[in-house]
Amino acid sequence: MSQARKPASPIRLWQSAPGQVGGWQERLVWSVLSLSVLVALWALAAAIAQNRHGPGPLAVLSVVAHEASTGALWVNLGATLARVTVAFIVAMLIGSAIGLALGRNQTADKFFDSWLILILNLPALVIIALSYVWIGPYEGTAILATAINKIPNVAVQMREGARSLSRDLDEMATVYRLGRWKTFQHVTIPQLAPFFAAAARSGLALVWKIVLVVEALGGHAKGVGHQIFTAFQSFDVPMILAYALAFIVVIQIVEIGLLQPMQARLSRWKR
Amino acid sequence: MNAYQTIPARESASVDIAVEAKTFAPVAGRPAQAVLRNVALSVASRSFLVITGPSGCGKSTLLNIVAGLDTDYTGHVRFAASDPGIAFIFQTPRLLPWRTVEQNIALPLPEADPRRAAIPELLARVGLSGAETAYPERLSLGMQRRVAIARGFALEPDILLMDEPFVSLDDPTAQSLRTLVVELWQSRPTTVLFVTHDRPEAIRLATRIVRLGQLTDANSTNRMPTSVLADGPIALTEAERRDPSAVRAEQARFFAEP
Repeated sequence: MSQARKPASPIRLWQSAPGQVGGWQERLVWSVLSLSVLVALWALAAAIAQNRHGPGPLAVLSVVAHEASTGALWVNLGATLARVTVAFIVAMLIGSAIGLALGRNQTADKFFDSWLILILNLPALVIIALSYVWIGPYEGTAILATAINKIPNVAVQMREGARSLSRDLDEMATVYRLGRWKTFQHVTIPQLAPFFAAAARSGLALVWKIVLVVEALGGHAKGVGHQIFTAFQSFDVPMILAYALAFIVVIQIVEIGLLQPMQARLSRWKR
Repeated sequence: MNAYQTIPARESASVDIAVEAKTFAPVAGRPAQAVLRNVALSVASRSFLVITGPSGCGKSTLLNIVAGLDTDYTGHVRFAASDPGIAFIFQTPRLLPWRTVEQNIALPLPEADPRRAAIPELLARVGLSGAETAYPERLSLGMQRRVAIARGFALEPDILLMDEPFVSLDDPTAQSLRTLVVELWQSRPTTVLFVTHDRPEAIRLATRIVRLGQLTDANSTNRMPTSVLADGPIALTEAERRDPSAVRAEQARFFAEP
């Protein structure tokens, strides 16, 4: 199947999708504008308050610069990002598998639905505490505790996707004998992709917040959560904000550089 | 050239359908419903069989049984070919919106299949040249129907099933698609089972019409199952089929109540 070929004669039967108008440049301008206003407001508030616990943007930035120069910033960001990545992948895989199984099997869904609701409502703190008590202070515990917090979320969204699979397209695939693999690849996966993308984007935000709690409670020597927890014990607000901001930047880079293009690619067929 | 003048002999049956009974299971308080009873058809190879009848009488159900989508019935469907290729052009196009026109048509064919080489020519014939890389949702409904028709014929099927493929189209579009389907059927002969409730359309297309309808029973108030009410050949030439008055006359003859 040729994919990249342009239409030979430009028949005007279709047009570029409305969502494509403007594109990423316009979004960037808006982001820069609104963030600049936010930083200005922050600087103004800090200048008025003149409080040790309310540092301005420059004070926080100088801490970021210092931490970067000693290398501590990179070590901690790297450790946390590694945990986020592994926990995220584990949660997406296991959550998707559970969600698909429940979406396609009504009996299993009826039975496990209450389990899912139970875990969904279990506080993150409880899952984290019990994981460390029962398993011990290992690297794997951090990953597992984070993933368990995220799995029910992914499962619920993917179950919704599996339930909404089109019977019409299923029949088409059957009559045209696409077979299991082709059906999965061309019929099932594209229908699930929006649900997967939504779960991934909401998941990334959730996972990194939980990882910080896990790092703080689990007594890991490295990681943004550990740094923030240490700073909290001495009420070092500039340090807390420095690490928080640095990690927000990292997550935004992943979001804009990886997840958004992925979603745009998945939905380029939309009218 | 004109397939309408060479109606094949009956003995070369392509499909043998014998549905003794098809019943819809009871749903939410509605009792079980007998849909089809004793529908027996032997469909000649390369004929254009039109199945007509009022809406909701079970025409689509019959087509789904032939397609193998519905296996919950008593009776049998037997094909002359041991491994028949079946294509189905549905009431809605049922294209994959995330695949291009060309990918949609090629998908049922294996990677290195020689039938793939014929796709560009087929696309040209259905008037989709230049739209190969378009996504279906960016096309009009009439164009999407053309893609679905091309997908059906690209398979070079032994049996081609069509379930009211021209509904909700304006009349000129429907007419041009009818002509297109006839031309494709004549150049790539296949056995067609075509369902419609549109009588002029049935006369326009069919080499044979099977009319389904509910049996009447004065003693019963229940819904009666559908069976064959009339079955006969349509022997018009292509020119006559394009002539509305000839179609009207044939329609009056065929659908006349006994």
